[in-house]
Amino acid sequence: MLIIKNLHAEVEEKQILKGINLEVKAGEVHAIMGPNGSGKSSLASVLAGRESYQVTQGEVKFHGKDLLDMSPEDRAREGLFLAFQYPIEIPGVSNVNFLKTALAEIRQYRGLPPLEAKEFLKLSREKQKLVEFDAQLVNRSLNEGFSGGEKKRNEIFQLAMLEPSLAILDETDSGLDIDALRIVSQGVNKLRSKDNAFIIITHYQRLLEYIVPDFVHVLYNGRIVKSGTKDLALELEEKGYDWLKEEAREKAESI
Amino acid sequence: MGNDNEIIDNIANKEYEFGFVTDIEMDILPAGLNEDTIRYISEKKKEPEWLLEWRLKGFQAFRKQKLPEWQNFTLPSIDFQKISYYAAPRNKKKYNSLDEVDPELLATFEKLGIPLSEQKALAGVAVDAVFDSISVATTYKEKLKELGIIFCSFGEAVQEHPELVKKYVGSVVPYSDNIFAALNAAVFSDGSFVYIPKGVRCPMELSTYFRINTENTGQFERTLIIADEGSYVSYLEGCTAPMRDENQLHAAVVELIAMGNAEIKYSTVQNWYPGDKDGKGGIYNFVTKRGICKGDNAKISWTQVETGSAITWKYPSVILQGDNSTGEFYSVAVTRNKQIADTGTKMHHIGRNTRSRIISKGISAGEGQNSYRGLVQIGPKADEARNFTQCDSLLIGDRCGAHTFPYIESKNNSATVEHEATTSKIGEDQIFYLNARGIDSEKAVALIINGYVREVLNQLPMEFAVEAQKLLSITLEGSVG
Ligand SMILES: Nc1ncnc2c1ncn2[C@@H]1O[C@H](COP(=O)(O)OP(=O)(O)OP(=O)(O)O)[C@@H](O)[C@H]1O
Ligand SMILES: [Mg+2]
Repeated sequence: MLIIKNLHAEVEEKQILKGINLEVKAGEVHAIMGPNGSGKSSLASVLAGRESYQVTQGEVKFHGKDLLDMSPEDRAREGLFLAFQYPIEIPGVSNVNFLKTALAEIRQYRGLPPLEAKEFLKLSREKQKLVEFDAQLVNRSLNEGFSGGEKKRNEIFQLAMLEPSLAILDETDSGLDIDALRIVSQGVNKLRSKDNAFIIITHYQRLLEYIVPDFVHVLYNGRIVKSGTKDLALELEEKGYDWLKEEAREKAESI
Repeated sequence: MGNDNEIIDNIANKEYEFGFVTDIEMDILPAGLNEDTIRYISEKKKEPEWLLEWRLKGFQAFRKQKLPEWQNFTLPSIDFQKISYYAAPRNKKKYNSLDEVDPELLATFEKLGIPLSEQKALAGVAVDAVFDSISVATTYKEKLKELGIIFCSFGEAVQEHPELVKKYVGSVVPYSDNIFAALNAAVFSDGSFVYIPKGVRCPMELSTYFRINTENTGQFERTLIIADEGSYVSYLEGCTAPMRDENQLHAAVVELIAMGNAEIKYSTVQNWYPGDKDGKGGIYNFVTKRGICKGDNAKISWTQVETGSAITWKYPSVILQGDNSTGEFYSVAVTRNKQIADTGTKMHHIGRNTRSRIISKGISAGEGQNSYRGLVQIGPKADEARNFTQCDSLLIGDRCGAHTFPYIESKNNSATVEHEATTSKIGEDQIFYLNARGIDSEKAVALIINGYVREVLNQLPMEFAVEAQKLLSITLEGSVG
C-alpha cells in the first residue's frame, strides 16, 4: 500500500528526514516511536503534503501511485488520512458542514455522488457511536474551543467518517484521559480491516497494549534506527532511548 | 478622472464597432451642470413645480459643499462638469442573443445559477417574448394593489401620489446632507417608491420577483420607502449578478420611514464593476442611506453584502426617534485587487429604551482596503439605550488592510454601549488542515468565508442568501494560492 524509499526532506533549509525506508501493507499496523524532535511529525507532514517541507531525495508510492506528485487534497482523496498532533481551530465552520464537504469531495473524486442528507445523518450517528463522540461537538465550530482531548477525539471521528485506507495517527493518545484512550483505541480496532492500514505515532507503550501493532519502528535523528515487533515497545519503555542513540552514533561513526 | 467624455465616446465607438442595435434616445444632454440642466431634467419628467424648486435647492446646497476629506483613502478628483446628467439613462447595450454576450459574464451567471430568462434580461438581450417571470410580476402587482401597497418607480409616484412624495422626500436625508446627497437631489434620475398602509404585512419580498423588471435607473437613483403604523416590509435592492455600467460615479439616496410598530428590512447585494486588476474603470459608489424609526416600537434593519465597485462609501444609518425602537446593521464588505470600501453605520439614539445592533464583517484580499466606520450616538433623553457592536475583519494574504473607526458619543449615563472587534487571517495551517481532508484550497477558503459571514447572511431571505454565498466564493476565487 505504502512504500517509502530513501526519503529525505528539509524544512527551512534544515535537513529533518535523512533517508526513511518503510513499507506498509494492507491490514498492518505500524507504530513509530522516537524521542522528541526526531522527525515523526515531519514524516507525517511530508506524507500528507505540507508545503513547508521540501523533499530532497527519495520516493513514496501509495497504491502504486507517486504520492509526492499529488496535491494534499488528492492524497486525502486517494485514501490517506492524517490525524494531526495539533488539530487546527476553524471558527465559524461547523464540524458537520466541514465533514459533509470533505466526504462529498472524496466521493466525487471516486465518481460517487454526495450522500443524501438522510444518509449522511445516519452515517454520522453511526460513527459518533462507534467512537463515542459527543453529538454536541458535531454541531459546533470545527475544533473551536474544544479541549485538547476533544480535539483528538474529533480527529478519530473524522477518521471514522472518511474511512481512509491508510491512517496516520500522530500522538492521538497524548492528552486523552484513561477512558478516552480506551474508547479511541476500541474505535480504531473496530475500524481495522484487512484492507486498511495504520501508522501510529506515539510515545507510550500503553496505547500499543490496546492497539496491538505488527511492527514497531524507532525514528531517531531523521532515520529509522530500529524496527521490531511489539516487544520493542516494551523494551523502550524499560530502557529509554539512550542505548539506541548510542548505537546510532556508533553506526554513524563507523561509516 | 475627468475623461467621462472619452469614456462615453469609447462606448459609442465600441457599439459601432460591434454593430450593436442601439436605440439611442434623441435627447442626450451635453456634459455640464447648471440650473438649466436641472430645469431640463424636471421638465422631461413632467414634474410639478415644487419638485423643481426642491431640486434647485439641492443644487444650491451642492454648490456650497466640498468633497469629504475624512475618509481613509484618497478620493479621486471628480469633475462634475464633465458628466452628462441626462445622458440617455436607457442606453444600455442591447444584444440580439446570448451568443453575443461576453462569455465571461455568462460563465458567472452560470456559477450563480441564475435562470436563463433572467440571464438574458440582466445581460441586456433584447427579447420580445414575455417571460414567465414578468407575468409572475404582474400577478404579484395585482395582489399588492389589493392590499393598498404602492410599489412603483419614483417618477410614477411623483405623478400618481404627489402628496406622499412631497411629504416625505428629503425628510430623512435632507438635500443639504452631504455633497453627494445634494447632487442626487438636484439631478436624480429615478428609483423606487414603496408605501405600506397601516397594519399591512407585505406578503412578499419586494423586488425579488421584479428583479428583471427593474432596469438600471442610472447613476443617481432615489428610493423612498414608507411603512405606516404597524406595517411590515422587506425590500431587496440590487442583485448578485455582476453589474456593469458606463457611469463611473454613482450617488444614490435611500430614505426609509417606519411609523409606530412598523418594521422595514432593507437588504442590498451590491456587485458593481470593481475595475480591472489595477483598479481601472471601476465604479465609485457613494450612497446615502438613512432610515428613521419615527414611532414607538418601530424597527429598521439594514443588511448589505458589498462585493463590487472600485470605491464604496456608504453608511446606512438609523435615527431611533420613537421609544423602544430598534435599529440593526448587518454588513459584509469584500475588497480585493485595488478595491476600497469605507462603510459602516450610524445609530442615533434619541428615544427612550432604544436598541441598536451592529454586525460588520470585512473581508480583504489582494491589495484591498476595508474600513469600518461607525457612530453610535446617544442623546440626553435616550434613557436605557443600548448598543452592541461586533466588528470583525478577515484578511487573506498580507498586502491587504483592515481598519476600524468606531465613534461613540453618549450624553446619557444610563446607556450601555458594547463594542467587540476581532481581526483574523485565513492561515496556511487552516487551509492545509482542510486540504488534508480532501478539500481543495478554493473550497477551503469558501468554507471559511461562509462560516465567517453566516451571521449576516442569515438576515437575508433564504434564496438571496444562497446566491450571496455563491457570489462571495466567486468573488474570492483565486485570492489564496
Ligand atoms: N518549520 C520549521 N522550521 C524549523 N525547524 C522545524 C520546523 N518544523 C519542524 N522543525 C524541526 O524538525 C525537527 C523534527 O520535528 P518533528 O515535529 O517532526 O518532531 P517529532 O518527532 O514529531 O517530535 P515530538 O515527539 O516532540 O512531537 C525538530 O527539531 C523541529 O524543531
Ligand atoms: Mg510530533
